[in-house]
Amino acid sequence: MMLEGHDESFNENPKANGEVSLGTTIMAIRFDHGVVMAADSRTTTGSFIANRVTDKIYKVTDNIYCCRSGSAADTQAISDIVKANLTVHSLELGQPPAVNTAAKVFRSMCYKYRDQLSAGIIVGGVDSTGPHVYSIPLGGSVVEQPFSIGGSGSTYIYGYCDAHYRPGMSKEECIEFAKSCVALAMSRDGSSGGLIRLAVITPDGVERQVVTGIEQ
Amino acid sequence: MPKQDTPQQVLAGLTSKNQFTKTGTTICGVICKNGVVLGADTRSTAGDIVMDKNCEKIHYIAPNIYCCGAGTAADTEYTTELISSQCKLHRYRTDRDTRVATAKTMLTRHLFQYQGHVSAALVLGGVDVLGPHLHTIYPHGSTDTLPFVAMGSGSLAAISMLEQGDADHQGWRPNMEVEEAVDLVKRAIHAGIFNDMGSGSNVDICVITKDEAGKVAADYRRNTDIANPRKYRRDVPYKLPSTRLVEVNGDMDM
Repeated sequence: MMLEGHDESFNENPKANGEVSLGTTIMAIRFDHGVVMAADSRTTTGSFIANRVTDKIYKVTDNIYCCRSGSAADTQAISDIVKANLTVHSLELGQPPAVNTAAKVFRSMCYKYRDQLSAGIIVGGVDSTGPHVYSIPLGGSVVEQPFSIGGSGSTYIYGYCDAHYRPGMSKEECIEFAKSCVALAMSRDGSSGGLIRLAVITPDGVERQVVTGIEQ
Repeated sequence: MPKQDTPQQVLAGLTSKNQFTKTGTTICGVICKNGVVLGADTRSTAGDIVMDKNCEKIHYIAPNIYCCGAGTAADTEYTTELISSQCKLHRYRTDRDTRVATAKTMLTRHLFQYQGHVSAALVLGGVDVLGPHLHTIYPHGSTDTLPFVAMGSGSLAAISMLEQGDADHQGWRPNMEVEEAVDLVKRAIHAGIFNDMGSGSNVDICVITKDEAGKVAADYRRNTDIANPRKYRRDVPYKLPSTRLVEVNGDMDM
């Protein structure tokens, strides 16, 4: 099975299958009234960087965003289908959909086609029950977590995140935490790099930020 | 002294080694003020052999949308023709000019469905009611939207010209004039032609712009730069035309 960000052909012939992958470091953190989503901006084809300013944080609905990792084609296709599904669903429902629902729609696709897909997704958003973060890794399982990291770069920051995360952090503390985590991962993972893109989702709306250069 | 293969042996070798006609290729596109400039080289190869010294890699999708194609020549040709035809039907159904996002979605869906087996890497550019757009589409069906792009085996050489430029010229910057952008694209394709073995021959350019009145015009400049002209040509030992007319029968229709 192909690991996120690294395929077996990487060392012998980087462009062997030409598959575009989101090498990636992605994360999402829940705070008292919202969610901070963060991602790097590198898309690679083997060792060539196809896009150095990618936006991996994709808007599913006004109140729900997802971070994409794994195969670019697979995650783009899945995200488009889920967005269409949820748009129709929210029209029928008459209100913005629940984050739980979005996670389930993602999961149903990622699980059903698990053998053909290579997609690791983190869903984050705010609904009437509050902020939520769901992690949907390669096999199609769903788990709700207070914060979630994903992508090939995440392996380098598990220790850092476990040591420095505290429940009950404020919005600003969460943003700084996300920035430092992604920056650390980018500095160690070759498949992650470029800019740090952020999305802060609150009941008032979504604020997008970009951080250029690696923070010390 | 290595043994020379006969043409039949060469062709047999090509098919057995799966060396389909590919567009080795350098293709690129940039967004400029009011429009998009696309560029491509004109060499198509089958393994080590140049199959077509002057092929057309910039394909028509709609009057306001063109698409450069790299990868297997048949795949790029067929896919772009298919989507071009679908876009025309869509125009009849909706009574509107085609949007670049529509063409992008149709191409992406088609390529994703074939899971990367349709080997077409495309640079899609056009101007619609929402403005100029430029996208790259990879064989597996992923897309990127960027202000300047390059694809194909010569993309590394081209992208370096677009990112950085050289001692005498700058790379891409926002709001370039159309002719500046054309010059930049030409230099990027040149870099591919002269530094990549899979790219060569001439430069084709396509400029799609929208004027103040809002009218979109596409200017397809075929062979805008003949970078590799055939310098030496031996005179043939006979005078052309070489078939002597003896008698003309009154009625040529059979």
